[in-house]
Amino acid sequence: MALSSSRFLAILMKEFIQMRRDRMTFAMMIVIPIVQLMLFGFAINSDPRHLPTLVEVHDTGPFTRGFLAAMQTSTYFDIRGTVANSTEVDRALKTGEATFVVTIPEDFERDIVRGEKPALLVAADASDPATSGSASAALSVLAANTVNNLAIGPLSYLAGTQDAFSVIAHQRYNPAARTSYNIVPGLLAIIISMTMVMITAIAIVRESERGTMETLLSTPARAPEVMLGKIIPYVLIGYVQTCVFFILAFWVFSVPFAGPVAPFLLGLNIFIIVNLALGFLFSTVARNQMQAMQMSFFYLLPSILLSGFMFPFAAMPGWAQVLGTLLPSTHFMRVIRKIMLKGADLSDIVPDLRALLIILVAVSVLAMLRYKRTLD
Amino acid sequence: MSGNGTTPVIEVNGLVKKFGDKTVVDHFDISVPKGAIYGFLGPNGSGKTTTIRMLCGLLTPDAGSGTCLGYDILRQSDNIKEHVGYMTQKFSLYEDLTIRENLDFMARMYRVKDRKRKVDAALEDLGLANRSHQQAGELSGGWKQRLALAACLLHQPDLLLLDEPTAGVDPKARRDFWDEIRRLSDDGVTVLVSTHYMDEAIQCDNIAYIAYGKKLIDGPARKIPEMVGLATWRVEGPDLAELATQLHGKDGIEQVARFGSALHVSGMDAQKLEAAIKPFLKDKRYTWKQQPAGLEEVFIHLMSGSTDNFAAGQEAA
Repeated sequence: MALSSSRFLAILMKEFIQMRRDRMTFAMMIVIPIVQLMLFGFAINSDPRHLPTLVEVHDTGPFTRGFLAAMQTSTYFDIRGTVANSTEVDRALKTGEATFVVTIPEDFERDIVRGEKPALLVAADASDPATSGSASAALSVLAANTVNNLAIGPLSYLAGTQDAFSVIAHQRYNPAARTSYNIVPGLLAIIISMTMVMITAIAIVRESERGTMETLLSTPARAPEVMLGKIIPYVLIGYVQTCVFFILAFWVFSVPFAGPVAPFLLGLNIFIIVNLALGFLFSTVARNQMQAMQMSFFYLLPSILLSGFMFPFAAMPGWAQVLGTLLPSTHFMRVIRKIMLKGADLSDIVPDLRALLIILVAVSVLAMLRYKRTLD
Repeated sequence: MSGNGTTPVIEVNGLVKKFGDKTVVDHFDISVPKGAIYGFLGPNGSGKTTTIRMLCGLLTPDAGSGTCLGYDILRQSDNIKEHVGYMTQKFSLYEDLTIRENLDFMARMYRVKDRKRKVDAALEDLGLANRSHQQAGELSGGWKQRLALAACLLHQPDLLLLDEPTAGVDPKARRDFWDEIRRLSDDGVTVLVSTHYMDEAIQCDNIAYIAYGKKLIDGPARKIPEMVGLATWRVEGPDLAELATQLHGKDGIEQVARFGSALHVSGMDAQKLEAAIKPFLKDKRYTWKQQPAGLEEVFIHLMSGSTDNFAAGQEAA
């Protein structure tokens, strides 16, 4: 049979018309490359700077000031304040308030002048080796520079001595700097984000597509009844996923679980429900299952890139951090890393849980307002 | 049961529904007495489904007001939904649930008391007791329709809204279906049903004819032809197609319709119609007889007289 250019044109035209009518897909095709480019190009920075740093001061003097100033000007460290004792040091690192804590020991200045080569302690949160790595590496260079700058006048005898004082960096939580320790816990957040959002988004759109929504709406069922009834079964699926995840995390990747289980479960439940509610919200916007899938992927992209999962959160520019803060996975990522790697307790994850709850309330309210009880 | 003297089950005034700039339902009024079988007739896209959806709270009217079962249709749709059984045009139960699971689901949605017994009874009535574990998607059109009706009767509604319930169902099943509707009506259930079929229209106590969003006529079924005032002649004989061509377009003849082995020739003005027919009466091959217009001629007449509001809208734009 002869090929017909008329038929070819007919199909071509039809495809263009359908593409134009399906605004959602069209928008996705335009927006996704832009978003990816922006995220990869600007937000992702694997050489993080301005990491929050606190100082435990037991001595002051020119060397201390010089070293802290050198840290600040290196732009790796952002010195934000002081801590009083080692309990506070532990706490600051565990909650993520600080990535580094510098401890200036007693008689530090005197010991340098006497040539006793004192050591300055820097405790680093190494749970994400990508975050703390390059900054830690810069520390000894900063120490040498500080000495050289101050080795003038009566102290000129210190010039050239590379080790007038030394810096002992204590890599906490993940001393072997295993990337898997950081990536694997984060994966739970990603897996749950991906599946939970998609599964609920599709479950409700399917009702509209199959026409069963009309029956559902003709019954006296109210928005919270429909929403809860739709969401709860998938919470169980979230539990199953979590179990599978832990079996693999322990047996294959040997990731430790340092903290208590109860706060983790609390965070997990909130996180699962947030994602299901988000899926419900998507389903009130999407008109078919395809659109629901597209929206889920559209949400997944920033969840991977901006949540601190793949790239250090601290390394992202301010606007990307703001976007990341809006994502539930960012907060659950912190919960699970703090608990599994740092052994954090409930009190250490309160800010993260609070953020998750705020997102949950906002998403649920929005979803219930969007859920139409009519076919309008 | 007569509606006289009792509060109407449905009483709405000036209902308007627009989709975009298209008025799908245009100032619709209706009053449905308790226990009546009220038929909605009209061509496709005339707004029958939209009207039914507004009555049971599935769509919000853009204008108008009224009550359904004594509840305000704008503010109390939750109360209305509790007491209404709505059967959608397209089968809208869950095809991937079994027959029993569908009935169970609906019974739970309406918080039906003594659920298990009611569902069992419904299955028994349906004659599906031994197939209750079959998925609904596997049922034929007729069975799906019966299941859908059973599902919306579980909570013993006071008002049944049936949207083209017998579309795509065979004549025997349609007959059984209407027997059931009649039984329900006798028990005091009010039924509002939309249909395309004239034989079903005749079964209704009252008929509202809707075309392109407007209600053209509304009254007791047997009085409708009288209300329209259409005069009709029936003619039998050979070569009816030839005769029909000759009759078409003659002054006074508005409609020539074939009914089996006869033609029905109608016009609004009886004298003009008679004058137009006169020359043909001489032809002895044909037997002419004047008769009261039937519902079907009346509806064909109404349809040809009404304008398509979508077309009209486009002209205006």
